[in-house]
Amino acid sequence: MHATRRTLLALGAGAAAFGTPRIGRAQARAGRIVIIGGGFGGASAARFARDRHPDLDITLIERGRTFTTCPYGNLVLAGRRNVESITFSYDRLAARGVRVVHAEAQAVDPQARQVRLADGAAVPYDRLIVSPGIDLRWGAIEGYDQAASERMPHGWVPWLQPITLLASQLHEMPDGGTFVMAIPENPFRCPPGPYERMSMVAEYLKTHKPRSKLIALDAKNGFSKQPLFQEAWEELYPGIVEWRGASSDGRVMRADPGEMVLETEFGERVRGAVINVIPPQMAARIARDAGLANQSGWCPVRPASFESTLVPNIHVIGDATIAAPMPKSGFVASSHAKQAVASAAALLAGREPPPAVYFNTCYSHVGPDYGISIVGVFRPQGDRFVEVEGSGGISPRNQALGANAREHRRLEAHYADGWYDSITQEMFALA
Amino acid sequence: MLRHILLASGLLAAPAAMGQTPPHLLAGGCQGCHGVAGQGGHGIPMIHETKTRAEFVAVMREFRDNQRPGTVMGRIARGYTEAEYAVLAQHFAKPE
Repeated sequence: MHATRRTLLALGAGAAAFGTPRIGRAQARAGRIVIIGGGFGGASAARFARDRHPDLDITLIERGRTFTTCPYGNLVLAGRRNVESITFSYDRLAARGVRVVHAEAQAVDPQARQVRLADGAAVPYDRLIVSPGIDLRWGAIEGYDQAASERMPHGWVPWLQPITLLASQLHEMPDGGTFVMAIPENPFRCPPGPYERMSMVAEYLKTHKPRSKLIALDAKNGFSKQPLFQEAWEELYPGIVEWRGASSDGRVMRADPGEMVLETEFGERVRGAVINVIPPQMAARIARDAGLANQSGWCPVRPASFESTLVPNIHVIGDATIAAPMPKSGFVASSHAKQAVASAAALLAGREPPPAVYFNTCYSHVGPDYGISIVGVFRPQGDRFVEVEGSGGISPRNQALGANAREHRRLEAHYADGWYDSITQEMFALA
Repeated sequence: MLRHILLASGLLAAPAAMGQTPPHLLAGGCQGCHGVAGQGGHGIPMIHETKTRAEFVAVMREFRDNQRPGTVMGRIARGYTEAEYAVLAQHFAKPE
């Protein structure tokens, strides 16, 4: 199958909407890289590819006209941010010469090497980078489907459900009401995210609804940055936050949105005035349909290049991949993205992918002027990813910091804001 | 101590570090916070052409060895090799 007239029209329309891109767009030059998904992985890939590989044709397929980040969504719950301040357009990427196609990627045809869009148009590629994000596993918690998520918001996939739904339920909750959360087992998007969310909800409750409480029901017995979060909760939110792990009957089995009740493994029914269910997850549909995911629901990749181990000529990056011990984070997705682009470009030119180093920093806000972090440097080693021994890890505990503790937390909260600005400015070509 | 000697002498090579990661890929880890051009912001220092290459490498060593106060940089510096400090210095430091 060849590129159809409709494709050309669709692509033309995409480019025209954002003015004339800087770089000419006649024929495919050294090759065509097509990117599905304009989140932390895909937008970073597009920016990096455009800057570093001017000889390649770069197309970004993204359904949304704007992108609202998951990071900093929890600050909307706290009332510190509004959604507009965490929402970005693709205009500057387009102006930089990325062909931005605002359409739903319907299917991938690896034989013909093309992506079919929802309107039937086809986008041909030489190498495809799939940064699909996640889907929620509706029904994994009995009774928790998309309809139930209106009563019990997830607030975990911004394009599917804006964080404002959960925020308005929290803000309208009567003082004295209980905010209940369900947190899934690993792996899931943003390992420290639920605990930053607990912190931001607690910050809000402490100020605005001092008679309210937060109960978090967790399917695990441990979590990211756990000692730091728990130390902070005791210090900042005593009597407000209660976290129950799996061995304390924290695993949620059923949701009853009519009664506003979550039921645990051993049958306890926990009622909430507001209930936030973060359900189990998997790679998003486009990746699963393209045969990029294995039985786990996630996508196996070659650690040196992020090439799919299942389908040729395709790289998969970001949350959808099996890349432990790297977390499913925005920063790491941008790190995957650059290696995938460099690898795709090298392979198109008949060279080996360059040696990889992957990097992650995840900041979490815990309270006013109180931030914590986890760092990781990772390298490919055969068919695995390995964290560099002796590097990385979480911020020091209060005791280790002594008199410097307050300043250390303050700086990390400040640097978190710096990280957010830097990475979003890079992704969306604002700097 | 042994680790530091090995690190300093470049003998403790990172796993699978065959060849060198190109500067623009290596710099990705820095850019996430310090900005795409190393411009800094929100108290995160600018690293674009603020130091000589030798100074840049010295700072990374100090972070690695916990000889320089910081929040995340010690944890980060310990993930990279001496050879990578040099590549990053070439990328970010003042031209010489």
